[in-house]
Amino acid sequence: MKVKALSRGITAQVAPGSDVQRAPRNLAPELHPFERAREYQRALNATKLERLFAKPFLAQLGTGHVQGVYSMCKNSSSISTVASGSGDGVVKVWDLTSREESWHTAAHSNIVKGMTFTNDNKLLSCGTDGIKLWDPYNSESDSKPISTWQEGGPYTALTHHRSGNSFAAASGAGCIQVWDLDTSTAPQKIQWPNFTDTVTDVCFNQVETSIIGATAADRSVILFDLRTSLPVLKTVLKFAANRIVFNPMEAMNMAVASEDHNIYLFDARNFTKAQNIMKGHVAAVMDVEFSPTGEELVSGSYDRTVRIWQRDKGQSRDIYHTKRMQRVFRTCWTMDSKYLLTGSDDGNIRLWRANASERSGVKSARQRTALEYNQALTERYSHMPEIKRIRRHRHLPKVVKKANEIKREELAAIKRREENERKHSKKQFTKRTSEREKAILVQQK
Amino acid sequence: MDVDTVDAPLARVQNENGAVAVTGTRTQLRSKKEIESQRRIKQAHKAYGRGSRIDVRGIRDKKLRRNLNNLENKYETAALKAKEAEILLENQGGFLEPETELERTYKVRQDEIQKEVGIEVAQKRFDLKLDALGPYVCDFTRTGRNLLLAGRKGHVATMDWREGKLGCELQLGETIRDARWLHNNQYFAVAQKKYVYIYDHSGVELHCLKKHVEVSHMEFLPYHFLLATLGINGQLKYQDTSTGNIVAEIPTKMGTPVSLTQNPWNAVLHVGHQNGTVTLWSPNSTEPLVKLLAHRGPVRSLAVDREGRYMVSTGQDNKMAVWDIRMFKEVNNYFTRSPASSVAISDTGLTAVGWGTHTTIWKGLFSKASATQEKVQSPYMTWGGEGRTVERVKWCPFEDVLGISHNKGFSSAIIPGAGEANYDALEVNPLETKKQRQEGEVKALLNKLRPEMIALDPNFIGNLDLRSDQQKRAEKDLDAAPVDSVEEMRNRARGKNTALKKFLRKQKKKNIIDEKRVKVEEMLKRQQDRTDEKHAEKVEELGPTLARFARKQ
Repeated sequence: MKVKALSRGITAQVAPGSDVQRAPRNLAPELHPFERAREYQRALNATKLERLFAKPFLAQLGTGHVQGVYSMCKNSSSISTVASGSGDGVVKVWDLTSREESWHTAAHSNIVKGMTFTNDNKLLSCGTDGIKLWDPYNSESDSKPISTWQEGGPYTALTHHRSGNSFAAASGAGCIQVWDLDTSTAPQKIQWPNFTDTVTDVCFNQVETSIIGATAADRSVILFDLRTSLPVLKTVLKFAANRIVFNPMEAMNMAVASEDHNIYLFDARNFTKAQNIMKGHVAAVMDVEFSPTGEELVSGSYDRTVRIWQRDKGQSRDIYHTKRMQRVFRTCWTMDSKYLLTGSDDGNIRLWRANASERSGVKSARQRTALEYNQALTERYSHMPEIKRIRRHRHLPKVVKKANEIKREELAAIKRREENERKHSKKQFTKRTSEREKAILVQQK
Repeated sequence: MDVDTVDAPLARVQNENGAVAVTGTRTQLRSKKEIESQRRIKQAHKAYGRGSRIDVRGIRDKKLRRNLNNLENKYETAALKAKEAEILLENQGGFLEPETELERTYKVRQDEIQKEVGIEVAQKRFDLKLDALGPYVCDFTRTGRNLLLAGRKGHVATMDWREGKLGCELQLGETIRDARWLHNNQYFAVAQKKYVYIYDHSGVELHCLKKHVEVSHMEFLPYHFLLATLGINGQLKYQDTSTGNIVAEIPTKMGTPVSLTQNPWNAVLHVGHQNGTVTLWSPNSTEPLVKLLAHRGPVRSLAVDREGRYMVSTGQDNKMAVWDIRMFKEVNNYFTRSPASSVAISDTGLTAVGWGTHTTIWKGLFSKASATQEKVQSPYMTWGGEGRTVERVKWCPFEDVLGISHNKGFSSAIIPGAGEANYDALEVNPLETKKQRQEGEVKALLNKLRPEMIALDPNFIGNLDLRSDQQKRAEKDLDAAPVDSVEEMRNRARGKNTALKKFLRKQKKKNIIDEKRVKVEEMLKRQQDRTDEKHAEKVEELGPTLARFARKQ
């Protein structure tokens, strides 16, 4: 008779001279009952932990401004520099690593409307009294501007070319002026024919670098091509737009922050409808910006909140607010797309994590694998109602919550009214227009 | 000769000569390497796969298709990797094999085995002579290291049986009906004369569960931290041992229950009754999930294998039945010389049956790999016949050891090939240290499953709720064509009491004539005309004499 029986001693599991046991694995499914249920439970725990660690607010920069921050810009060649301009005309440059002010000047007599860094690390700012060029890296604080442009004002916004040394300024007279900093010639003037409304915002395309987008006070969005110095198209929206930005990775896509609380994504090739509508704010969206990866957006609103969006989703991924933050006029990603900066009416510039529960410290390999595993698990079970609920839930200020409720009610009332109208009129034979088409009023070419 | 059964699905039955019918003929030539890799994938899928692959060819959405394809590839690689990791398994299972044709494994006695095996294994066979307070029931911890003994007349003892170290000893002085370890070797529950008590490892009484009255059977569900008790009055109660809440109290309503076991795969409880039925319970329903008639007479004992595929039940009718509990079909039944008092299934599927003073161990009563379950002709091993009436048999996890508690104490027997050879240290570690036990407890509590997750299919969690999704979409879509209720009625117009007639009947009372009613009446008229026409045809066909037999339908 051949006999063999199992015999495993503790000695076989411990290496000589050590007291650490080896941990043998056996992946046979019969040894691991309830794998789905246990995995789900782990996913649930991971989701809760993620919410537990969500502490988005990092710091405010220095002591901020005396008045509200109405313009802000980052330096695309330096990860740690950001400049801000306030309502009293003061411009400050901040060092993000020390979170302190590194340079300041009283640039304008009035509100600083627009700012941008040039490619040779100079700073441009504009207001009602013209455009000024500064050198914050090589000059003392409170120094004089290098140069000033005053004709054709008042100016409302500035934008800088991706690689060349030219910049564009939107003026109150309905035109956009483009200067070349290398040559001291007269600016190139572009304008939609017979257009006199104020151009409120202007933005260079980051990929197709000679395209300029602009928004105007007559609710229109206009695209210009600098190569032909001709306007390409003009679209009038239902509501005025506050801000236009291009996706830094995809030339044709742009985001428009609208007065009607929404952000619209448009495709320049097909301007008959919005590609996506991001709903969530309960007041006018004042600013929107694409992350440098082009995957996410951040928006600041008049409702005193900041929201982060995924490019292809209709609802915000996260919402940031503090008790003391007032109406947010400027938002901005840092160049590593890990942090956000917001400038608000209360004069503070706040630094936030782009991912609320992420920590930037050095992680051990074990910690990293655990985090990755947790992330994969939450992703896998993200369709489950409980996990969905916990992931989505955010605490909102009472005012915003209430406003949200009122808004929802009002929208439902409008919808109900429309439906009732449809029922008893000829409209019932026409198809409903989609929400994305509704945003556009008329298109001109 | 070994037959390659990788390609053969489980349902396919081999012919008597061992031939398997080929369904898909191979027309293409494939290289040896390709065949080998395909074989490996199939093998891996069989052992570690989680269901069949989703066919992505029909999916229109390109992104979804790509995602699904990536996922499926990931699963396939995971299965392959798991298969490859098999070479890291360290231990081989035990065995007992005859060397000549005349030898029989069931004739081998324990002392013969003890002589053959090494001293370390031989020590695992021992007898505890406790003849005053028996009969005894026994229980092993999940790691298999500790043993709990409880005598009918009030004697409780725990021990580290491999080292022969006594943990604690209690003389309770009242009837004990059952005793169970909880999630580790720190706590155990004892069903005493009136209530259930929980003691810690040193024998200190921690809790008296006064809600559990006159409990005769207990089970502990380790992943849910639920202590399930079954009283003499037929009340099934679930108590969460981590929070102390009673989760469910269910009356079984079938008289005094006789036996109880848990399905370790889905945590469903199997209760055997006096009238021969076995009922399956979860804390989420007051009705049994399944009722099946297993025996003619009380079901004395039940056991379920660890994959939750087969159940073995023994009854007062001298029968032992093997059930497929996924189809609820009896696979085979066997004769026991006297009613078997206890049955247990080991990790590898050996079945120990204690009847009278004997214990019989069966091998291959069921196997998931074969398409048909053959009736086994002779047992694998036997034990007993020395006047000790078996009360309970229990396999020690991860060991080739069977614990038999009887009226004169406790005996352990070496049964080669019973235990799982390769344990997973991150699941249940039989060699765990104190620190590991403590950490494991915390992890287990964090991952505690909720009682709502107990169902016949344990993997229902995470499935999509397709119905509510469809409904939500339908509600959202305002431009969809309205449902034509009249048309719907036409589709459901079968039988005597059609939706059509019912509608008209109700409408007549209301006396409202609207568009819908007109339509329905028209439709009914058309239908009646059609039947009349058919009837007329039939009458003509049958002629004047037979016309009366033409049925009007």
